[in-house]
Amino acid sequence: MTPLTAADAAARLREQFAVEPTVDGALVTVPLALEQWQAAARFARATLGCAYFSFLTAVDWKEQGFEVLCRVENLDARVAVFMRTRLAPGADRCPTLTGVWRGADWMERECWDMFGVRFEGHPDHRRILLGEDWEGHPLRKDYAVDTPHAPYR
Amino acid sequence: MEVKPPLPQIPAPVWTEFKDLQEFEKYRQHRADDDKVSNALTSIADAIHHMPGGWIVTTGTDKVFNWARKSSIWPVTFGLACCAIEMMATFASRFDVERFGMVPWASPRHSDLMIVSGTVTIKMAPMLKRIYGQMPDPKWVVSMGSCANSGGPFRHGYHVVKGVDRVVPVDIYVPGCPPTPDSLMYGLLKLQEQVAHFQKTGERLPAAAETK
Repeated sequence: MTPLTAADAAARLREQFAVEPTVDGALVTVPLALEQWQAAARFARATLGCAYFSFLTAVDWKEQGFEVLCRVENLDARVAVFMRTRLAPGADRCPTLTGVWRGADWMERECWDMFGVRFEGHPDHRRILLGEDWEGHPLRKDYAVDTPHAPYR
Repeated sequence: MEVKPPLPQIPAPVWTEFKDLQEFEKYRQHRADDDKVSNALTSIADAIHHMPGGWIVTTGTDKVFNWARKSSIWPVTFGLACCAIEMMATFASRFDVERFGMVPWASPRHSDLMIVSGTVTIKMAPMLKRIYGQMPDPKWVVSMGSCANSGGPFRHGYHVVKGVDRVVPVDIYVPGCPPTPDSLMYGLLKLQEQVAHFQKTGERLPAAAETK
């Protein structure tokens, strides 16, 4: 069995999801529709062998809405798949990946904490870094850094 | 009919000029109320009072006790961030603050000093305040490093307390990012001066009026 290459992974993703991945060395970047998010994750895990969940985060594109990013890797074949999806402007809901990778749990909690993206189906949807009484999501572009936080600021 | 036992009349020691212990107690009340001297030390001083010519000695013993308090400051081990590494270096053998009587102690209940060594986040501030509350009076706080002094490089972040003096009162500010062990030792020696001043007058020096 020949090891999976990045070009192979891109071809199979293109075939399966009708998307246009870009390949840069060992990194396959896949822009996905939101409905394909979980299906693509399962495909990456089961078919492409991406067992290692590297990270998940988000980008605030202001009025264009959020972009959720996730990097998973096949450590044996040394291929990384970088999945990205756009939420609709003003939307804050995204399907969870916790059913596919257990490691997505804390990453999605952090993403909720910092960006306020809700992950539907997450088993333990709480803040992780900031206090439970924190108001707002600090890494959003519209978060004022000097928001008062009584009694210490 | 209610029977009251007679009040015991305790004879005074023969070598004092006091009639009885009540009068002796009245004398003892002249000590400052907020004098935090422990009972053991008081009894030693009283024993010296009872010696012939002991009154002359006690002025000297007060000085000795003040020196002892000043020279046995126990900091609670409370490392918050990278400044804690420098604090550990200060406690370790090369710089060796134990020659000043400072023993890093792992319990706030037995400590006199809290060295806030590092960034205080808003989530950590209640815990810091709680540890400060667990320390017995009189207690001192050394704010170590830029983060504890003012928030430092994280001052414009969203989660950092802009100076630990917003949480607990601070006696000595040690600047630096992080301060070298020498800087921290200089601050601790300045703190000893403040402790001596406090024991002498019962007043805390304001942090800004650091002795030149």
